Amino acid sequence: MKPFDIIIIGAGVTGSAIARELSRYCLRIAVLEKEEELSFGVSKSNSGIIHPGTQNPPGSLKGRLCVEGNRLTRIIADELGVDFKEVGELIVAFTPEDVARLEGIKKEGEQLGVAGLRMVDTAWLREHEPNLNPEVIAALYAPAAGIISPYRWVYDLSENARANGVEFFTSTPVQAIKRCECALFEVTTPRAVYKSRIVINCAGLFADDVAAMAGITDFRITPRKGQEFLLDKKREHLTNHLIFPLPTAVSKGVIAIKTSDGNPMIGPTAEPAVDKYDLTTTSEGLDAVFAQARRMVPSVNPDDIIAYFAGLRPVAGDDFIIRDEETVPGLITVAGIQSPGLTAAPAIAVMVSGMVRKHLPRLRRKLFFRRYRRKEAHLFAVSVTETRKLIAKDRSYGDIVCRCEMVSAKEIEDAIARGARTMDGVKFRTRAQAGRCHGSFCTTRIMKILSAKAGVPVARVTKRGAGSEIVKKDRADEGT
Amino acid sequence: MKEHDLVIVGGGPAGMAAAVAAHDAGVRDILLLERDQRLGGILNQCVHTGFGVEHFKEILTGPEYAARFMGLVEERKDIRVSLKSFVARMTRDKVITCLMPGRLEEIQAKAVIMATGCRERTREMVHIPGTRPAGIFSAGLAQKLINVEGLLPGENVVIVGSGDIGLIMARRLTLEGARVKAIIEIQKESRGLYRNVVQCAHDFNIPIHLRHKIARIEGKDRVEKVWVEQVDAELNETGRGFGIVCDTVLISVGLIPENELLEMAGAAIDPLTNSPVAASANMTSIPGIFSCGNSFKVYDIVDSVTKDSLLCGQMAAEYIKGAA
Repeated sequence: MKPFDIIIIGAGVTGSAIARELSRYCLRIAVLEKEEELSFGVSKSNSGIIHPGTQNPPGSLKGRLCVEGNRLTRIIADELGVDFKEVGELIVAFTPEDVARLEGIKKEGEQLGVAGLRMVDTAWLREHEPNLNPEVIAALYAPAAGIISPYRWVYDLSENARANGVEFFTSTPVQAIKRCECALFEVTTPRAVYKSRIVINCAGLFADDVAAMAGITDFRITPRKGQEFLLDKKREHLTNHLIFPLPTAVSKGVIAIKTSDGNPMIGPTAEPAVDKYDLTTTSEGLDAVFAQARRMVPSVNPDDIIAYFAGLRPVAGDDFIIRDEETVPGLITVAGIQSPGLTAAPAIAVMVSGMVRKHLPRLRRKLFFRRYRRKEAHLFAVSVTETRKLIAKDRSYGDIVCRCEMVSAKEIEDAIARGARTMDGVKFRTRAQAGRCHGSFCTTRIMKILSAKAGVPVARVTKRGAGSEIVKKDRADEGT
Repeated sequence: MKEHDLVIVGGGPAGMAAAVAAHDAGVRDILLLERDQRLGGILNQCVHTGFGVEHFKEILTGPEYAARFMGLVEERKDIRVSLKSFVARMTRDKVITCLMPGRLEEIQAKAVIMATGCRERTREMVHIPGTRPAGIFSAGLAQKLINVEGLLPGENVVIVGSGDIGLIMARRLTLEGARVKAIIEIQKESRGLYRNVVQCAHDFNIPIHLRHKIARIEGKDRVEKVWVEQVDAELNETGRGFGIVCDTVLISVGLIPENELLEMAGAAIDPLTNSPVAASANMTSIPGIFSCGNSFKVYDIVDSVTKDSLLCGQMAAEYIKGAA
């Protein structure tokens, strides 16, 4: 295989944003992802908040890149046709001491350049956030906070990168990295040995393992678990803003938020985890999350839960680690990208692009960079008039597969055409199976569409990759 | 906008019976909307027997019971059946937005009967913690996989809930060659019909652990194990538990009327039962919108759904006559 200029390890939001940013240049780029599909690691459990930049220490990478990322996300989301909604956030105070802390957060945010921060009083809160606990005495309002679908964001960034020539390899875990004498990296995977001049480590929870393969051993990733609880879309108007408590020592606390798909979300916990694969939820987590959420929004009801899951934040100390490694020339580390990583990703990408250009000073921009991407149609997001037009254009928009979330056969076929290979991949892209019945009614139909369009026998259709086959046997294979 | 005297949403046993009764009470302009490619609803996947004992005085399978009513609907040429027709929205003025392959229609109805059936409660609704691997199914989905698609969902199975669907699936899976290792029931007795407890669990030596619950599901990619905990009369864990190695968990923890369309139209819905709140049976809080079958109230047997829906069809017919 001809050497690449750049290998990016990991196709979460960071890897995808970097791939898209670097695809502006005349470079051969490969992205290696260990999972069956993109966005199946840390990014899939993200809450989808585009943070304004508050709650980060001034002078930190997190603070600077979050503010810049908030600005860039709006531009890129617009270019790629991704729904970004500016909904604003409220950090709430219950006591005069809390208010004093909020003033401090406000000042720190202003130093970082967060726009529009202001304290709001109970009269304002009653009018704009009626479900908030009346015991809240004031809040810090950050209007620049927004929401986005975390996985659709990753898919759209990576698809745009692919349209600009980046090659993605899934189910390709990195096993070894060697820097040979000809100044090339050799990246070994079960699939092949890939060579490149530059390696960018965006391996999320496994960034320390990947770094160690290349000889960098000065940081460890410790997973910190967060359990999240999604509520029924019927409760869409539970809150108008993203509601935050005062931050704790390790996290922004349990929050009550809106998601871009309409379901409110409550969570996350912040628990130290040992195992990088530990995605278990617990009843203690549920109780803790609801107790804390109820303090801010008393009407939150566990009966409205339609889904819950756990994610792991890749923690490497207090700040992000973004370095052009001096001891291993050509290796760029992008590690510890926990919150506000989703927001910061486009700004991280610009920063990394600067490092790459230092290594490759004669780098040229492409004459034709495909900046724009046609917005995908999702029935759940459009009006009746637009639905009518879509159905007139393609009849299978009128063929509804997922009844809870109103997802058509056409949307599922499109998702597969764009790379979905698993039931979760279809779910993340389209929302089919993500509603209140949890796929009870649509699973078989989606399995059959996946089987037909992706060319796999129906009994080999998986939830999220090999080993997670949905069924055990197809009777038709057994003969008579 | 098209207009119809009576629009019935849902072509399962409830919708079909309501259509037949409304027709026989004199309504001549009936549109029956069904999401699926055929009428019959969930009956089509219920290949076991026991249907029709009360209504037909015969023992039928689900598809046979459905076929009887399909015949009755077909004989009545004034009942227009529209398949693959998904109702996306309904207003309190009885305007229905319906999506079909190739077209979207808005329909004004004089009266509407909601016969949208019910859905199964999920693992998420009973808050079973643990991981989220492949191998966790609602009992109804497992039934569809086996009986309609010819796919075996699992080989070593634990069933949560001893209601009728859970029991019937225990027998079905056993007959298909799977090993049902246990049925876990949080209450002190099975919620299913006695005949099902005997014929589906006892006859196959499948243990039912009463006063137990699943405290945790384990497994990364596929279910590997469940952890079972005993509970006391207040349903608190007693601290006595055991693990069961399995690859599949079936969730059969009750049914909820499916009334999201009614709710969207602004009808009053009981938050506890998800049934419509109204002055009398089969009515809703919106005049001219009626409700029958399992979307009105979850019934134990289909014969009751039929009885309820026949009355509802007559009620809607009287309303239409009164409005004319």
